[in-house]
Amino acid sequence: MSLDQNDIAKLARLARIRIEPESVADLQQRLGDILNMVDTMQAVDTTGVDPMANPYDAFQRLRADEVTETDQREKFQAIAPSTEDGLYLVPKVID
Amino acid sequence: MPSYTVAEILQKLESRECSSEEITQSYLDAIAKQDGTINSYITVTAEQALAQARAADELRAKGDAPALCGLPIAHKDIFCTDGIRTSCASKMLDNFIAPYNATVVEKLAAAGVVTLGKTNLDEFAMGSSNETSFYGPVRNPWDINCVPGGSSGGSAAAVAAGLAPIATGTDTGGSIRQPAALCGLTGLKPSYGRVSRYGMIAFASSLDQGGPIARTAEDAAIMMQAMAGFDLRDSTSMDVPVPDYRAALNNDIKGKKIGVPKEYFSAGLHPDIAAAVQTALAEYQKLGAELVEISLPHTELAVPCYYVIAPAEASTNLSRYDGVRYGYRCEDPQDLDDLYTRTREEGFGEEVKRRIMVGTYALSAGFYDAYYRKAQQIRRLIRNDFVEAFKQVDFIAGPTAPNPAFALGEKANDPVTMYLEDIYTISVNLAGLPAISLPAGFSNGKPVSLQLIGRDFDEAGLLAAAHQYQQISDWHRQIAPHAV
Amino acid sequence: MEWETVIGLEVHVQLNTQSKIFSGASTAFGSAPNTQACAVDLALPGTLPVLNEQALKDAILFGLAIDAEICQASVFERKNYFYPDLPKGYQTSQMDAPIVGAGVVEISLEDGSTRQIRVHHAHLEEDAGKSLHEANFEHHGQGQSGIDLNRAGTPLIEIVSEPDMRSAEEAVAYLRKLHSIITYLGISDGDMSQGSMRCDANVSVRFKGEEQYGTRAEIKNINSFRFVDRAIKVEAQRQIDVLEDGGKIVQETRLYDSDKNETRSMRSKEEANDYRYFPCPDLLPVKIESSLIEQLRTQLPELPDAKRQRFESEYGLSAYDAGLLTGERAIADYFEDVAKLSGDAKLAANWVNGELSAALNKEDMNIAASPVSAEQLGGLIQRIRDNTISGKIAKQVFEGLWNKEADSADAYIDAKGLKQVSDTGALEAMVDEVIANNPEQVEQYRAADDGKRKKLIGFFVGQIMKVSKGQANPGMVNKLLNEKLGG
Repeated sequence: MSLDQNDIAKLARLARIRIEPESVADLQQRLGDILNMVDTMQAVDTTGVDPMANPYDAFQRLRADEVTETDQREKFQAIAPSTEDGLYLVPKVID
Repeated sequence: MPSYTVAEILQKLESRECSSEEITQSYLDAIAKQDGTINSYITVTAEQALAQARAADELRAKGDAPALCGLPIAHKDIFCTDGIRTSCASKMLDNFIAPYNATVVEKLAAAGVVTLGKTNLDEFAMGSSNETSFYGPVRNPWDINCVPGGSSGGSAAAVAAGLAPIATGTDTGGSIRQPAALCGLTGLKPSYGRVSRYGMIAFASSLDQGGPIARTAEDAAIMMQAMAGFDLRDSTSMDVPVPDYRAALNNDIKGKKIGVPKEYFSAGLHPDIAAAVQTALAEYQKLGAELVEISLPHTELAVPCYYVIAPAEASTNLSRYDGVRYGYRCEDPQDLDDLYTRTREEGFGEEVKRRIMVGTYALSAGFYDAYYRKAQQIRRLIRNDFVEAFKQVDFIAGPTAPNPAFALGEKANDPVTMYLEDIYTISVNLAGLPAISLPAGFSNGKPVSLQLIGRDFDEAGLLAAAHQYQQISDWHRQIAPHAV
Repeated sequence: MEWETVIGLEVHVQLNTQSKIFSGASTAFGSAPNTQACAVDLALPGTLPVLNEQALKDAILFGLAIDAEICQASVFERKNYFYPDLPKGYQTSQMDAPIVGAGVVEISLEDGSTRQIRVHHAHLEEDAGKSLHEANFEHHGQGQSGIDLNRAGTPLIEIVSEPDMRSAEEAVAYLRKLHSIITYLGISDGDMSQGSMRCDANVSVRFKGEEQYGTRAEIKNINSFRFVDRAIKVEAQRQIDVLEDGGKIVQETRLYDSDKNETRSMRSKEEANDYRYFPCPDLLPVKIESSLIEQLRTQLPELPDAKRQRFESEYGLSAYDAGLLTGERAIADYFEDVAKLSGDAKLAANWVNGELSAALNKEDMNIAASPVSAEQLGGLIQRIRDNTISGKIAKQVFEGLWNKEADSADAYIDAKGLKQVSDTGALEAMVDEVIANNPEQVEQYRAADDGKRKKLIGFFVGQIMKVSKGQANPGMVNKLLNEKLGG
């Protein structure tokens, strides 16, 4: 599988990562190498094999519906890049 | 002091031969002296460590000492530590002072440890050489022109250099075992779900597992005792009883069957390592174990399978780094898109960005079935190979890594070659099994290792098997030339 | 050719659990920003989700209420997209194995007909936080949006219907029915004004009789029943206008502007998204045992349809009255109390659906806040039944109770002296007085035929009511008038 420049642009867009135009070719090459290696999987017949998301095919445990957390806004917002009036600030969102 | 084992240090503390403060100070001195060369720590918490050590000494004086009271350790800088920078070796989290403790950190603190600092790693644990760290590469104490392995390279190098007696690590595709192997240490990757992942910064959620990097199996057993156990805050944590690992160390290996997969001795394996592993296996025979040739037919698919699943999970695990609530934010974002795309461009290193892109691709519309779903199916085939094998044998043995420590920069520009360094470790993560790496010899002065893989949740069996071998060998007793 | 509107609804319902779906933070509404956003809700590095058992049970209850299959190995998936109110960069939701499978909701229409609306599935997911766009910050000025993550992680069920509705009326009836079901189950307060229930409508039009669906537009976040009705109508008309002008409908997301009563395109949502759904590796599949399903089934309350049928058969109410009374569980409970206390279910139904409902609507109150209790209304109806007061006086008494002028109907009647006059002597005197004072009308009456007399007698009744201040027993007045005028 090889990727063209549009593929790279699309992936970068989905992942919200800016790519410098001059690094596109290099990235194309490296991602292509990885995908070629990964593509050796395609030769294997996996018909009827159940995908495995967890080694034990286990089920999850649930928690009781109880409030266990207290307000730690001050502590949490001390490490935030930009806050005011208890809100996290971002450049204006346009709907 | 720095070449002592945990067992020896605890004995000295218990007998009051040394105080925790003295021991802690000696490690801090060693770090000050040697870590300029090794670069194994990102953050050294000297003052806090000494305060903890004094508190531990007081506790011991009162007779209230918990199991690891006053033992200095280092944490891989992937475990959140309340009030201490937790960087994951990324510019993205260079300013991140974690506001809470990981469960592993809490448990070890409750056992009384003193934290020397946070060790270096590949950025977000993505790497096998510790060269992707924002804080620069770590050097191997056996040969400072070589890598220590990765991603827990800082933890391994610190222990090998005598800058910590033991350290925590995490293992997603070999990140405990491979650096342990390259640094001549004993590293245990527990069964998936054995150690809580809460507060351990996620790389690939279905593969990540925390564990110890130690000088000896006995030390690993001591540390595992405090790390293991079910955690309500991690819904993938398994509620399985935790045995007394140290007590189990002397369980007899006589009559145990060790499977030797023919696929693990293929063309890419360094001949010195092949020879060392064969020699070690012969030692096991002397201990009364029986060797059985087995086959794990899907071994070759482990690397491709892993390089779909791990990046896919990582690509979404790392979406939270958006410059809004914590961590790096680009200068003067023009709009929301600019905030996201520039923060992530500038905050992540190249390997991390590559893996996010590969993972995004594997999950994207039209490719999901061919990549992610396919990889999950192959994952089952790989696990089934092990399930079949463990019907015949108690352990599976082979090399940990195909090569001894390689030179810094040697593979840094060739991701695919680098990925193949994990060929023997990766399938264990995919299958969720426990495995241990233990020193088994040297190649050109650099350590090489044996890997033992166990049944689900049989860490005790692995630790015992490794311990028995370490009773009749002294590879693990060798001191690195660049150790303090 | 006649146009037909095709509507499917996606309804988000906030569950009223104490804590969030994946964390132990409180879900209480109205706290200071970000004081209820814990480490997990903020997606701090290393945090992990753990599913709230009650949210799961609530979703199962809903599934049982619409007779849907419950998935026994349900899976949570990550829906990946970037937005500042979505801290993890993905929403934990469900796709391939939602908890609630296909089900059915029956709606009743004003013409008395009923229709079955199919529910495609319902799944559990987490709510996002809120973005405040209009803020002007003292230190950061304008040009910033503020993010409050208190709501992030509140459990939601999203109920996705098939495109089975054919008019705005049907869509509203379906939405009201869902509202009834969730409030009967007690899994949500269903308050649309607070966002506890939110509705997206997929609207398309086609010629009646056509098989293919037209291209649809999705109208986002409509926050009242009235707006659902208006938004669908105005959107359908917009599409018809476009098509009749030879244009094409674009598949897009639109926003309903209630001030202008129009829908407009949301450009920001136009970017084709690829959500890259995949099973969340932090959350293993949820096993739902049959025993849990059976246990929850026994906890199901009587649901709106069953209650309506019972009200018809047990109380002899019309389908229409029974339907009105059972729309909300609190109203149905109130009615049943009034019916029992008064001993007259039909009168109770008339009063609850009539006077009480009008008064509540006027004040925009729900029944829980009604100043007139079921006991008080029951007492009032008893006095109507035993002829202590007339229907007309009863309305006055009701108003007195509404305004808290007395604790009970009896107390009010006594205090105001409103007892009906049924004493023959007193009534005879009033009748005689009115006859004596109105000789002309008496003449007219006596000259008229039976048909006209019936109309003319109303005049005399009115005069007597005036004299008695409305307290004369109308039945007896009629009887006396007939006797005295007949001669």
